[in-house]
Formats: sequence, structure tokens, C-alpha cells
Amino acid sequence: MTTRYTKDHEWVRMEGDIATIGISAYAAEQLGDVVYAELPAVGASFKQGDDMAVVESAKTASDVYAPISGEIVEANAEIAGENWQIINDAPQAGGWFVKVKPSNHGELDALMDEAAYADYVKGL
Amino acid sequence: MKIETTSGNRGLLQAEPLIFDTGHATATGVDLPEPKNTTNQFGGLARKAALDLPGLSEPETMRHFVRLSQKNYAIDLGLFPLGSCTMKHNPRLNERVARFEGFADIHPLQPMSTIQGALELMDELAHWLMELTGMPAVALSPKAGAHGEFCGMLAIKAALAARGEGEKRKRVLVPSSAHGTNPATAVAAGFIVDEVPGTEDGRVDLEAFKAKLGPDVAAVMVTNPNTCGLFERDVKKIADLIHEAGGYFYCDGANYNAIVGRVRPGDLGVDAMHINLHKTFSTPHGGGGPGAGPTVLSAALAPFAPVPHIVKRGGAREFREHTAGTQAFGRMCAFHGQMGMFTRALTYMLSHGSDGLRQVAEDAVLNANYLLARLKPHFNAPFGGPKNEHLPCMHEALLDDSSIKPKGVETIDMAKALLDEGYHPFTTYFPLVVHGAMLIEPTETEPKRELDRFADVMIALAERVNAGDVEFFKQAPILAPMRRLDDTRAARQPKLRWKRGENGADATKHAAE
Amino acid sequence: MRYLPLTDTDRQQMLGVIGAKHIDDLFVDVPKSAVLKDLVDLPRAQGEIEVHRHMQKLAEKNTPAGRTAFFLGAGAYRHHVPATVDHIIQRSEFLTAYTPYQPEIAQGTLQALYEFQSQVALLLDMEVANASMYDGSTACAEAAMMAARVTKRKKIVFSGGVHSHYVETARTACEALGLEIVALPAAIDDEAAVTKRLGADVAAVIVQSPNVFGTITDLTKIGEAARGAGALMVATFTECVAFGLIEPSGAMGADIVCGEGQSIGNALNFGGPYVGLFATKEKYVRQMPGRVAGETLDADGKRGFVLTLSTREQHIRREKATSNICTNSGLCQLAWTIHMTLLGEAGLKRLAQLNHEKAVALAEALAKVPGVEVLTKRYFNEIAIRVPGDAQRVVDALAEQGVIGGVAMSRLNPRAGMDDVLIACATEMSTDEDIAAYAKALKVVLS
Repeated sequence: MTTRYTKDHEWVRMEGDIATIGISAYAAEQLGDVVYAELPAVGASFKQGDDMAVVESAKTASDVYAPISGEIVEANAEIAGENWQIINDAPQAGGWFVKVKPSNHGELDALMDEAAYADYVKGL
Repeated sequence: MKIETTSGNRGLLQAEPLIFDTGHATATGVDLPEPKNTTNQFGGLARKAALDLPGLSEPETMRHFVRLSQKNYAIDLGLFPLGSCTMKHNPRLNERVARFEGFADIHPLQPMSTIQGALELMDELAHWLMELTGMPAVALSPKAGAHGEFCGMLAIKAALAARGEGEKRKRVLVPSSAHGTNPATAVAAGFIVDEVPGTEDGRVDLEAFKAKLGPDVAAVMVTNPNTCGLFERDVKKIADLIHEAGGYFYCDGANYNAIVGRVRPGDLGVDAMHINLHKTFSTPHGGGGPGAGPTVLSAALAPFAPVPHIVKRGGAREFREHTAGTQAFGRMCAFHGQMGMFTRALTYMLSHGSDGLRQVAEDAVLNANYLLARLKPHFNAPFGGPKNEHLPCMHEALLDDSSIKPKGVETIDMAKALLDEGYHPFTTYFPLVVHGAMLIEPTETEPKRELDRFADVMIALAERVNAGDVEFFKQAPILAPMRRLDDTRAARQPKLRWKRGENGADATKHAAE
Repeated sequence: MRYLPLTDTDRQQMLGVIGAKHIDDLFVDVPKSAVLKDLVDLPRAQGEIEVHRHMQKLAEKNTPAGRTAFFLGAGAYRHHVPATVDHIIQRSEFLTAYTPYQPEIAQGTLQALYEFQSQVALLLDMEVANASMYDGSTACAEAAMMAARVTKRKKIVFSGGVHSHYVETARTACEALGLEIVALPAAIDDEAAVTKRLGADVAAVIVQSPNVFGTITDLTKIGEAARGAGALMVATFTECVAFGLIEPSGAMGADIVCGEGQSIGNALNFGGPYVGLFATKEKYVRQMPGRVAGETLDADGKRGFVLTLSTREQHIRREKATSNICTNSGLCQLAWTIHMTLLGEAGLKRLAQLNHEKAVALAEALAKVPGVEVLTKRYFNEIAIRVPGDAQRVVDALAEQGVIGGVAMSRLNPRAGMDDVLIACATEMSTDEDIAAYAKALKVVLS
């Protein structure tokens, strides 16, 4: 299971034919304490790069862009249940945002791998 | 030594509960005549449930609000150097005039024959605004700066529609340094925002701007002087280019104080600009309003100004209140705008006169440059020029935290330390184009002595950072009415009103657990 | 100049520290051709005496409401404002403070905002209220846009009882966003007509109670119908004193309640500044426009207040903000809160009762004038009357007799087809003598 990253700090992990998507540990750190997040509805479809979700701290709001195209099959119930802290505590595990059925698998390969993303973040 | 008092008061500073903790539904501070208990004409729609609204006697009400007032900082207490906000002295003559019976006790729908003085006053204010800005028209009704922006952008939209280009021209160019209201307004007016990057020296990138021009561009929104406190040197080129491309030039007039009486926006090619009467023309900010945002318009946009219009008929004036038979784009609000701000602003203008207003701009710019010159050796000034050279700013001096951040102190910490020093801080983290921005606008109403005192404090704080006393900043404020407040808690579990059964004592207890 | 503390010596010294020779050196970035060589062609500075005199002359060309028998409302109401209110709002710490962005030194403003929001929610019987809008009309426009965001629909239906300035303000704002406004023909007592226009594309029906003709309406069924069709019911108002005695729109199922708060704490001021009240349900709070204060704790665990949920706002969200609004109506909102604190429930109810009694007396007196018909059946303090002929002429003729008798419907909405309708209002300020004078003058004017 490799995790891939976008320049906008989303991560994607394939498990079977379903992709799990969230924001990177770096993004969660930059954002600070999350106070709100808005997830898309199950069944909604997004193209790569579309605004998909919003995540907010007290003083900033960030759009979360779809890292790959596809249809939402699940939204994280923890987040929907307003457990915002999980996004800070475990952004790349329990703090995932949505699960997506990808419509274009090629998009995934073009994203950064762990090492490339680490280099990218170092350069910011 | 940390002192906890029994009363919760600290010297002159009184602890003060909510009116809901002290008031009672049967208590009142107003004596009204006994009602006669006429049969009501509500048709069965009398209120069923109690309101549960607490009342207080007059002395209790007075104390409550006076105690609250003492927890506020204010211009009348000291320097209020909030960049982009123009916190200047508010003359009390303005307040007296606004309360004249002939202004405060007139209704907006009174017959025209009974409001000739009000109409004349509005015309006189309009005359001053048009003369000062070199623009041929003004819409007085916008109720605040952002509302004025909206007015200007709607005039632009109407002008484009009248040319048959309403559907074609949808893109509005907005520099990355703009106030948040600019992109928000453009979207509210139905446009699409396209951001123009800035240059290394804090101005609009002219080449990038040129590259974005095209037949789908409706307008550019430029703040001038801009939010970095700098005059846009290329402003006339920007105006010429946008006009050649078939678009209009909206100027955000929030920083007009820097140039009033010295430079007329009309001479720079501006098509529309709102004027914050609560900034440049000294109407009080009042803890967040009310504002007023009259919007001056070029000849190209003037026909589309919203109603009401003041028209002369014979020797008298009257309102034209409906759009029928005009090209007016619509109406900004009920009635005619912020009369209470018009009276104050005109009083201020008359007091200063053309000579005084020019001096306002010069002293505002001089004060900002003086602070920049004194602070530049101790902080990073991103556009202040090299060490041995002074690149002038306009009415506000921009610093950032890049020289102190490596030592563990950020802009927010500097701001909170200033609270302990008895100052309202500068504007923090704005403009967004400068990381860790500290935007300082002293205004012209500060004496040199106050500027020196503030500069001395800022320099001492910089030295404290260099000495490694980071805790002083991280703990701050200690001496303000409250310690740092938890924004995250407020936003995660929003508690936006009092409800019976959930009082503040519970919250405090909860925190102690 | 008395407002400018720098002396010429100061200026020279400061230029020296800056390293500039002349003030012009600081304006080098301004294109030479745009620098004014001379002063703008306007009068020179004047002292307090001269300015006071000039402004006094202008003021004296107006006829203050208090010097007439005054019966004009229609969106702005002449009520008694206790002296305490005006004193407190002129305290430096309130008058000359900025928006409370530094909460540690702005608790006065913030606590008063929190109290205001609580009072508004209680008065309107709603779950949450914001920190105020510019005025009732812009609050109504914001409500229409909010309903479109919530429902993701584009059509807004206004009843024929909504103040026409409110409809026109909302039309201007909404049409810019591509929303469609349907304004039903003016109707004295037919708020429910909006339900006939419900459909899959309707975001909101906007009704007013008491409406511009003074009519009070039970909104419950309208709200049910709206929700049944997936739309919101927005209830607006211009006279907030009414809710001291009549059923508030929140209790009748409104999703958004918005309107004018001027009646409490604020003078007529020729139309502004006023204070827009805006309240909604908790579930819509993140779609709500404008500032809002919330409770929190400081580092020592003490209760305090901050501006919160600010990620909805333009200074953070920029082009994705819920509204471009920046300012609230600070001092007017504070005046509202002080006045409401002075009144309390008991005082507000008595105030409302007095208003209603005067309106009943007015209706009875005018009904006795030959040719006059009172059109409003259920009302609080405002009524529509039919006069023989052109109501605008009647209003003008009354003014000559020292009576401000109301507003002609044709002035508010020339296309209403109600040229013989006049809207009149009485408040606790109306005396029995004023009411008698009105009836007498009307009789003279109509004869």
C-alpha cells in the first residue's frame, strides 16, 4: 500500500479498488487545531482538482481538492460526528476524509510518492 | 506575584457578569405610563410564551455598561495603529452636530418640503467628495466600505450590460494584496475573480496584469495606496491599460487618507471608488460600525448610480426614489444612506477645509514614515529599502516578523506583548502577501511624543527578543483585562448566546475540572 | 488646525530622522502629473463656532418630527430613547474602539455583542443571532442570498406585504448573483399568496409580519408549505417592538428572521445608521452572514468572548465568503442592547402595549373622518387607510397643517396601484392631542 501526495497536501492510499483520501500530517500541522470540516456527500463525483471538502482552523480555511477523479463511497463518520481533533491527532490514519472509487487510475501514478513529497515539503 | 481577589475585581477593573446573570424579567429601568388595557387588535396572534428578557434599573444598567466599557481599548486612550483601519481622533463637534434635532429627529419618508436642509446637506457632502476626488458623481447610500465596493462593481456591471457586454465580460482582476472584501464583493456582484501577483517591491505586477487582460475582463480592483502602504507607481498605466482593454478601474479607497487633498483619484483614471467616511473623514468606528461608504463614479458610470438621486426642481430639492425612467442599477438599501455619518463627515470636512485636509494627508504620511525610519533598524521592513536608504511608504509602515521569528517570537506574540505595554497592536498577518505582516498606521492625529513613545516600546520589545526572553511574549498578555482567549474552543463548540440553565459559572467550573 | 498635533518644528525634525528634505520627498511614487499644485477648490479650515453655525442653519431648514403631530413609520419609527442610552454609546471606550479583533482588550464590545445576540434570539424566538447587519433591508437581502446557498436553488418569492425598499434592495443584490426575484403584487392582507408560487426551484418565500400595511399574519402554515416544498421561510419585519406582544416569527416556524432594529435605542436619523437584526436556526449557522461573538475561556480559565466562526467571512474566506459584509452596526447595536436592558421583559411589554393602544386610538379617530376607511384588520402600531383621491396630495396638505400623517403607498411603490392608500403609525410618543389634531386636519384636507 503506497501513499501518494499532491502539491496541495492531500494524500491518497489505494486499498483494493477503493482510494482513501485525507490531508497530510504537514498540512494538519500548518493548519493548527481543526475546528470544522465539511465533507462531500456519498455518491458525489469529482474530477481531479475540484474543490471537494473544506477544513478550517479558528483563523484559516483551506479547500481540500480531489487528488484523483472518482465517486465518493464513504465519508469519515468520526469527522461527520464533529470529532475534529482526530484530524490533528491522526491525519494520515483515523483522520481520513473520504473513500473514493477512482475513475481514472492513471492519475494516481502521476502523484508524488512518500520520498518525493518529503523533498517537496522540505523545499517550502 | 499572582494576586487573586475575593471580589474578582482588580483595582479599578470590575468583574462584570452577563445581564442574564443579574437582571430579571420584572425589573425595568424605564418608567412608562400605565396602559389602559384596550382590547387588542392582534387577531389571536398575541405572544404566547414569555420572552425571558432580563431588565435592570437605570443605575444598574449604567454600571453594567460602564464596567464593560473599561475593558475596551480606544483611540481616546492612546495610539491605535491598526494598519488599513485609519484610527484617527473623532472630533466631538461631529457628535454634537449629528444630534441636532433637525438631523436626528427627521424621518426618511417625511414630505420633501420638510427636509430641504437634509437634502442640501447631502448635496454639500456630495460636492466635497466630488471636488476632493475629482470625480463627477457620487452615490451616497452605501452603508459601509464593502457596501460601497458592491455599489461600484454593480455600476460597472450595469455599464457593461448597457454596452451589450454583460455576458462577455465576467473576469475581475484583483491583486493578491487586496482586502478580503474585494474578491468577496466581485463574487457577490456575479463576477469571477482572477488574482494578479505582486512584485518584489510590493506593487501590482504590471507585466502579469497585462498578460491577464482580454475581452472577458470586466474590471480591475486596485487599492491605492495599497495594503502594503505603498503608492502604486503604475496606477495611471493600469488605468490606461484596463480602459484600452474595455474594462473599468475600481479603486478601493480604504487608504484615501494618505492622499486626500493632494491627489485626486479622478486624475488617476479611476472609474469608481468608495470612501470610508469612518476612516478618512473621522466618523467613529464604534467598536465595529456603523460605517458609511459613499462611492464616487466617473462620467462613464455616473448614469448607473443607484437610487435615490437628489434632483432640483425650481428652487427646491427632492429625491428620485425609483429606477423607472433612469439607468440606475437599483437600490443599495432602504431610504437614503447613513445620514448620521453624513452630518459627522461634513462637519469634519468643514472644520479642516481644503488646506487642513491636505495637511491631514501630509501628516499621516509623515507620521508613518517617521515610525518606519525609527523601527527599520530593529525589524525587517520588506519594502523599506536597504539599511542606509529610506524608501518611503504612504500612511502606513509595513514590518514583518522574519527577523524575530527565528528567535521564537512571531507577529501574534509581538501583538500580545503590546497589550501588556498598554497599546492596541498593529494589524497582524495582513496583507497576506507578506508573511508575518505587522502593518502600522499611526494617522495624522498622533503627536510626535506619542510616536516616539511607541517606537521606544517596539524597539525595547525587539531587544527583549534578542535577549532571549521568549516567555515574556508567549505568556502575554498578563496585564490586559483577560489573558489570551481560546479561539479554537470558541469555534469547536460554538456558544453564541445565553440560554437559561447554561450559565457562565458552569463554563468556568468545567474548565477547572 | 485643532485636530493636528504636529508643529512645524516637529515636522522638520521628523523629516530629518527620515532623511528627507521636504514632505514632497515622501510622495515620490505619485506620478508628477497627478500631484495637485494648488488646494482643492473648497473652503478653508474653520473653527467650531463657524462650523456649528453652518450646520445649525442646515438643520433649521428641516422640520423635526417632534415639532409636528407625527404619524409616520413604514420602516423607521419614532420612539422614546432613554437618556442613558445616548450617554453610554458616547463613552470613548465604545465610541472610539475598533472591531474587537484583539479580544483581550475588547471584552466590553464583545460581551455587549454576546448579550445583544442573546436578546435578539429571545425576542425573535430563534436559536442564534449574529452581531447585526447594516439595516433591515440589507439583512433581508442577505437572508435571500443565504436561503439560496442553503437550498442551492435560485428563486426568491416576496409577498406583496414586504416593504418595497426591502424588495428592491434584495432584487439589486440577488439579481447580481443570478438569482431570480418574484415580487407579488402589493397586498394588504395576503402573505400566504407566496405559497402558490412554491416549486422545485424556489429557495425561499419572504414574508413580513407586521407587514408594510401593518397587518399581522400567522405564518405557521406558510412555513410548513415552504418546508414541504424544500424552501425556507424568511420572515422580515420593520418594527421589532411588536414582538413584545405579538407572536414572534421564530415561534411560527421561520427559518430565518431578519429585519430592522432601529425602534429600540436608535433615533430616526433620516434613515441611517440603523441596525439590522438577523437570526436563524443552529443548523444554518455556518451559512449565516456577518460577524458573530462566542463564549470561550482565557489562559487562566476565565470566561471571555471572541469573534468566532470567522472562516465564513471575507477577511479569511475572500471570494468564497458567505457575504462581502465586513462592518456590523456596532454603536447602533450597542444602543439596542442598552435600551433593551433598560426595558427588560416588563418594560418591553408595556412599551408595546402603549404603542398598540395609541394605534387603536388612531384607527378609531381616523375611521370617524368622512371618506376614510381603515384597511388593516389585525395590527400592532401601524395601519393602512384609504382616503378619497391621491394620498400623496393628502400627505403634503397635512404637512402644511403641521401634521406628518404617514406615507403615501404611491411613494413607496408607484406601481402598486394603491394611490389612495396611506400608511400611518402611532407610537408611545403620540399624544391624544396629536391624534385629535390629525383627525381634525384630515377632515379639513379632505373637505
